[in-house]
Formats: sequence, structure tokens, C-alpha cells
Amino acid sequence: MSLAVDNLLSPLILFFALGVLAALAKSDLTVPEAAAKTLSLYLLFAIGFKGGVSVSAHGIDSALLLSLLAGTVLSFALPFIAFGLLRVTTQLSVTDAAAVAGHYGSISIVTFVAATSVLESAGIASEGYLVAVAAIMEAPAILSALWIAARFSTDAQSPVDARDQRGLLREILLNGSIVLLVGAFLIGFATGNDGLAEIESFIVAPFKGVLCLFLLDMGLVAGRGLRSSSHQLRFGLIGFGMLMPVIGATAGLAAAQLIGLSVGGTALLMTLSASASYIAVPAAMRVALPDANPAIYLTMSLGITFPFNLTVGIPLYLSVASAVGA
Amino acid sequence: MNMTRAKRVEIIIEAPMESRLTGALDTAGVTGYTVLPVLGGNGRNGRWTREGQVSSAGGMVAIVSVVRAERVEGLLEAVFAVVERHIGIVNVTDCDVLRAERF
Repeated sequence: MSLAVDNLLSPLILFFALGVLAALAKSDLTVPEAAAKTLSLYLLFAIGFKGGVSVSAHGIDSALLLSLLAGTVLSFALPFIAFGLLRVTTQLSVTDAAAVAGHYGSISIVTFVAATSVLESAGIASEGYLVAVAAIMEAPAILSALWIAARFSTDAQSPVDARDQRGLLREILLNGSIVLLVGAFLIGFATGNDGLAEIESFIVAPFKGVLCLFLLDMGLVAGRGLRSSSHQLRFGLIGFGMLMPVIGATAGLAAAQLIGLSVGGTALLMTLSASASYIAVPAAMRVALPDANPAIYLTMSLGITFPFNLTVGIPLYLSVASAVGA
Repeated sequence: MNMTRAKRVEIIIEAPMESRLTGALDTAGVTGYTVLPVLGGNGRNGRWTREGQVSSAGGMVAIVSVVRAERVEGLLEAVFAVVERHIGIVNVTDCDVLRAERF
């Protein structure tokens, strides 16, 4: 309980809330697009590098490979659960449900970054290679969503042809966020603590302040989305946006227990499994499933699930991971 | 000034589709076009803005091409194959250009 209260009163959450409230109140507060992208690049660079340094300090073991495998399986599988749940609890069309489901198999890197920040504040260590797991979980869910749409849609038009699908896969795998995250991870791994010592003043001390500013922007984007698309959100969709993260986190917990991750690692894998993408998957869905309504999946991911994970989910996952690991 | 009649084709399309559209234009032999950022707007799928976005998913771009009238049909066929099912607008207007040999 105290963890949840501490989390709600942390600068991270309060800046996010400020952004949401400012957007709902129609304030002219904005973060320019280029600044938002720069903040995002900084966070990916810092989290990737620190993850690589951590792996270089602790070495590579079988748990790393198992975690990568678990992340891939979770990303492939979660959209099927999400799709089934959406079809039962909402009136969404097959295409819309497939597009939303794809978001819930992939991950939100900022939710992951926020969770690592909470772990650091609580002094709980975690496996650095989970950064690589985050990167590997981005793409498989998109394939699942496309397969679901092709299998269950009665629309005569195929979502995307094979040639286009290869181009799409290439775009996803070479997505700037993934390239920077994995690249920074490898550089951190190669340079280790010596490399970290050289750039520590840039990527460690300012990290939380930059994350606060980024979450302010995320709050603004989420608030704008809620303001303009709230009419799209029926009770079933809102319920799904809060239930699906818990289901994903439960699957992540099971995988973490099988692998034998630490308490911090378990909380992070739960967070990854619970989060919903708002960068890679929406762009892929615009290309591959153009008939799906972006207002639904962007608002679900950013306006419902992201705030849920930030405020309730992360402390909940950490508490469960601690209880199971104790 | 010696002015020549031409067609100005303006396509507003989802940002993730930009490379596919410019690729289709290249394939169709349309080598002259300009890609412009757009700030925001409102449409059938709701209001949108580039402000604060870290993903291209919610953004749009404008692609403008000026061609001779006899080439506009081929250009539109190439464009239609890409934009048919996507959010956006395609419009064609008459315009006058200087230096007609460039189009």
C-alpha cells in the first residue's frame, strides 16, 4: 500500500497527471515534436546503455537466452488472448480488435523505463538484459495481429500482401527506437563500467528529470487523445484496457518464475507483458491494417493502459513479484 | 512572363505511408515532388496534432507534385494504388508555372 502511495506521489506520476489535466483543460502547454523525440532518444540511449553495462558486469548466462525466448513467446501469444477477450467483451470489428490486440502483445518502452526507475528508487536490482527482452518483444505481436486479421476477417481485401509484409517487417526491425535501444545496449556491454564512468554525468544524474519531462508530454498526448476520442471508448473497452495488463502481467510472472528471474527482473518482465505499444505497433497498423480505426487503439494504449500501468500496475507488479520472490 | 498551364497534385497522407507513396511516384516516373510536414487537423477519424508525438503513427504529411496535364492520369493511378484504403486527401488543381521545361 505504501509503495502504491509513494508511487502516486512521485514526480514521475505527478508530471504525467499534470500533462493529462493540462490537455483536458485545453491549456496551450505543448512539448514540440522535435523536443519530444529528443527526450525519447535520450531515454532509449540511457536505458539501453545502462542495461548493457549491467550485463557486462554480471556476464551472460542461460537465463538471458531463456528470457529472450520467453519474451518472444509472450509477444506472439498475448495478442491471441487479447483478441479473444475483445471479441467477447466489446463490439469491435475483427480488424479493430486485431489491431488493438497487436498493441497488447508488444511493449511500451516508457512504461519499462518508469518501472526501472521505481526499482532503482526502491533499491531493488534487476537483470540488465531485460532491455534486450524489451527490444525483442516489439515485433512478434505485429505478426500475430496480422495473422488474426487475415484469419478471422470476412473482408475480401487482404490486410497486407506478402511483399509488403516483408517490407513492413524490415521497417519494424530497423525502427529507430529498436536500433538505438539495441545499439546502446551493445555499446554499454562492450565498454562496461569504464564506458559508463565516461558518460555517467549525462545518463545517470539527469535521467529522472528527463523522464519527468517526457512523462509530462505523454500526459499531454494521452489527455488530448482522451478529449478527442472519449466517445469511442465504451465501458467494455475501458475495462479491457485495465484487465488485459493484469492478464499480461500474470503471463509474465509465470514466465519469470520458470526462468528464475530476481524480484526486480520478475517485476520488469511483468511490466513488459502488461504494457501496450504506442510507437512501433500503431505505425505498423497504419500500414498493414488501414481499415482499423487509429483513434481506438491509440487512445486505448496511451489513454487507458499507459496511465493504468504507471499509477496502479507497476506498484502492483512489484508487490506481487516481491511476495512471490520472498 | 511566359507561363504554362500545369496540374498541381496535393496528397495528404498518413506519415507511415510516406515512403510507400514516394516509392510509387518514383516507379511511375514522377521525379519531382515535395514532402511537407503538416501541423495537425481534423477529419473523419478525429482531431490530430504532431505536437509531442514520438511516433509517426498519428501524424500526416503532405506531398505536392506539379506535372504537365498529360501526365496527371498516370500519377493519380500510382497514387491511388497506395492511398486507396488510407486516411487522407488527394486533390488536383490547375496552376501556372514558370520554366515549363522543368516539368
